[in-house]
Amino acid sequence: MLRSEISRTSAHDDRTDDAQAGELDPADRRAGVTGPHPRTPGAVLQLITPDGARRPDADLDPWVADVDDERLAALYEDMVVVRRLDIEAVALQRQGQLGLWPPLLGQEAAQIGSGRALRRDDFVFSSYRESAVAYTRGVTMTDLMRVWRGTAQAGWDPRSIGMATPSIVIGAQTLHATGYAMGCVMDGVDSAAIAYFGDGATSQGDVNEALVFAASFAAPVIFFCQNNQWAISEPVGLQAMRPLADRAPGFGIPSLRVDGNDVLAVMAATRQALDRARRGAGPTFIEAVTYRRGPHTTSDDPSRYVDPAVQQAWEAKDPILRVERLLERSGHLTEERATAVRSRADALAAEMRRGCTGLDAPPPLSVFDHVYTSPTTWLVRQRSQYAAYLAMFEGGGR
Amino acid sequence: MSERTLAAALNAGLRRALEHDPKVVLMGEDIGRLGGVFRVTDGLQRDFGTERVMDTPLAESAILGTAVGLAYRGYRPVVEIQFDGFIYPAFDQIVAQVAKLHYRTQGAVTMPITVRVPYGGGIGAVEHHSESPEAYFAHTAGLRVVTCSNPQDAHTMLRQAIACDDPVIFFEPKRRYWVKGEVDETLDASTFPMDRARVVVPGDDVTLVAYGPLVTTARDAALAAQDDGISIEVVDLRSLAPLDLETVESSVRRTGRLVVTHEASQHAGLGAEIAASITERCFHHLEAAPARVTGFDVPYPPAKLEEHFLPDLDRILDAVDRVLGRRNSLTGWKA
Ligand SMILES: Cc1ncc(C[n+]2csc(CCOP(=O)(O)OP(=O)(O)O)c2C)c(N)n1
Ligand SMILES: [Mg+2]
Repeated sequence: MLRSEISRTSAHDDRTDDAQAGELDPADRRAGVTGPHPRTPGAVLQLITPDGARRPDADLDPWVADVDDERLAALYEDMVVVRRLDIEAVALQRQGQLGLWPPLLGQEAAQIGSGRALRRDDFVFSSYRESAVAYTRGVTMTDLMRVWRGTAQAGWDPRSIGMATPSIVIGAQTLHATGYAMGCVMDGVDSAAIAYFGDGATSQGDVNEALVFAASFAAPVIFFCQNNQWAISEPVGLQAMRPLADRAPGFGIPSLRVDGNDVLAVMAATRQALDRARRGAGPTFIEAVTYRRGPHTTSDDPSRYVDPAVQQAWEAKDPILRVERLLERSGHLTEERATAVRSRADALAAEMRRGCTGLDAPPPLSVFDHVYTSPTTWLVRQRSQYAAYLAMFEGGGR
Repeated sequence: MSERTLAAALNAGLRRALEHDPKVVLMGEDIGRLGGVFRVTDGLQRDFGTERVMDTPLAESAILGTAVGLAYRGYRPVVEIQFDGFIYPAFDQIVAQVAKLHYRTQGAVTMPITVRVPYGGGIGAVEHHSESPEAYFAHTAGLRVVTCSNPQDAHTMLRQAIACDDPVIFFEPKRRYWVKGEVDETLDASTFPMDRARVVVPGDDVTLVAYGPLVTTARDAALAAQDDGISIEVVDLRSLAPLDLETVESSVRRTGRLVVTHEASQHAGLGAEIAASITERCFHHLEAAPARVTGFDVPYPPAKLEEHFLPDLDRILDAVDRVLGRRNSLTGWKA
């Protein structure tokens, strides 16, 4: 077999235990934590099965003990809403209202479960696909649209939302999250940073360097990797020969591999990691195993590389359906409630559409704004010359 | 001869290079099965195999760094950077290694690496997908930097770039990928070297220097100017490093007027170099100060503002009026 063929097999499940898993990681040692991370590496942690059965898990359960059926229903509603928004955004793009949209279809649980685990004073550094995380941070429907409509390069004020402008450059944000977390330690606060990135991103130097820095400084940062199996057309097997979570221990960072389509398991894992961070026990790497069911972006044509059978298999592991089944079984999802959730989702989608279509192009001369903190004579001159140029058209010139 | 899009002409160029030289290997993100996000490598992995057309892990620095190793080993890597704004992780490898190895080893090692980069704006894209970073590379000794403006040049110049023993940064004007033109695949390296500029529209009054995506705009401007009785000579620069100043100079000696246009920002850009060099070489032939029509000195703006960043036909003609001493935006247009 050619090595390039080997790289294409994604046989990530037949792995043996990692000797390192039993060792005490340096971050824990510094923080005086006594035991090793209890996990068998590679095991995909799950609390809700695709059929909607609640599976007990001694380690994860305590982290979601407060999530009763009511709270689970709230997470369900979140997921229904963000899926609805995603569908609306795709439609807006198809109708020419957005330049581009990166769909999150299939990744709702990974984003809602982690996003809802955060505190207001935590800080998110994400890539472009995390619109559901942005939703959990309270980003307005209109602000969600700005970047994709092409009217601004940032949708919101990062500091007031607690979420940085999503990074389109793959991996860069993981370093930013690490630095932010280092700052939290310096300031003596127990806030944490969380970096969202993809399976493809794990190949970037920046991401690996972030892991090094985070471990060296025991930074309170969570590396939340959504392994959605694809980096555009490249399968995860091209980026890594072993599960992505297996990389972290080599950096001295404990890791978990969680069912990314299980909102409860994701929430539990994230809370556990946040707790480590707040206790001064350093970074954690979470691999959320999920699947990108849509195209990479609205510009992509996945029919060139996706096997429909694989796609279908993942549809059966839908993150929303399993919670729906669980709630139905416990009698917490009545028809009435389901209708209410749907109409709230529709209302927000309508609000987003209104917000989107109401966004006009900024004034022409704003291209010169905010290049520096104070105007430079050089740019002031360019700006005034361009103003004179534009005035020529208003004056009925050429 | 056959009619092809610029992207298809590049594809045919890569195919010929792969056929011609077993040491040619292609590397990049999504270039195999997908055929590249612009389909420039469409079908090449199918026909040449995964050993010669490699989808790489997602890491630009690694793509260039391993290309250096392959070149040491006698290969001729042709790498694709998916978009202009994603070349920066590879900047260190390109500038500190690729560009310098021949000099460092006193000629013992060559780096026949071609770096293909779709560049430029005008496609309504999100951030990092519309940039023109050519000046960073043109500034770096040891790199050849070229760009094509039409399907024939795309095809021929790419083959010349791959055959070249120096490293070549090959900028592809992404908004012109779908422009069609006649392509003669039998033209080879000896036909018209890639480091020569070409006069694409002859004229007498003003020399207009353009390259890449703006050559089409410059041609349109020349056509429009005819209505005003102005004769513009358009020079397609093609090579940004080294510069074919002789071709520009001989044009300016006749016209006495120079306008340079590019999408990249003005400050320390190609326009500055050309204006300075031409002024040094034929100051006494100049009837007016050279003019530059460029992107402004701001980061590439959001898509809805890009028309207020990119040079277009009207901005070029305004500069033409300026060097001709006609009424223009600076003198005041209204009579
Ligand atoms: C530095 C850099 N190189 C290339 C790209 C082009 N690009 C955009 S998304 C992407 C794939 C990312 O895959 P992954 O990290 O798995 O995230 P996903 O899109 O699956 O969420 C690529 C190659 C980029 N944005 N930045
Ligand atoms: Mg991915």
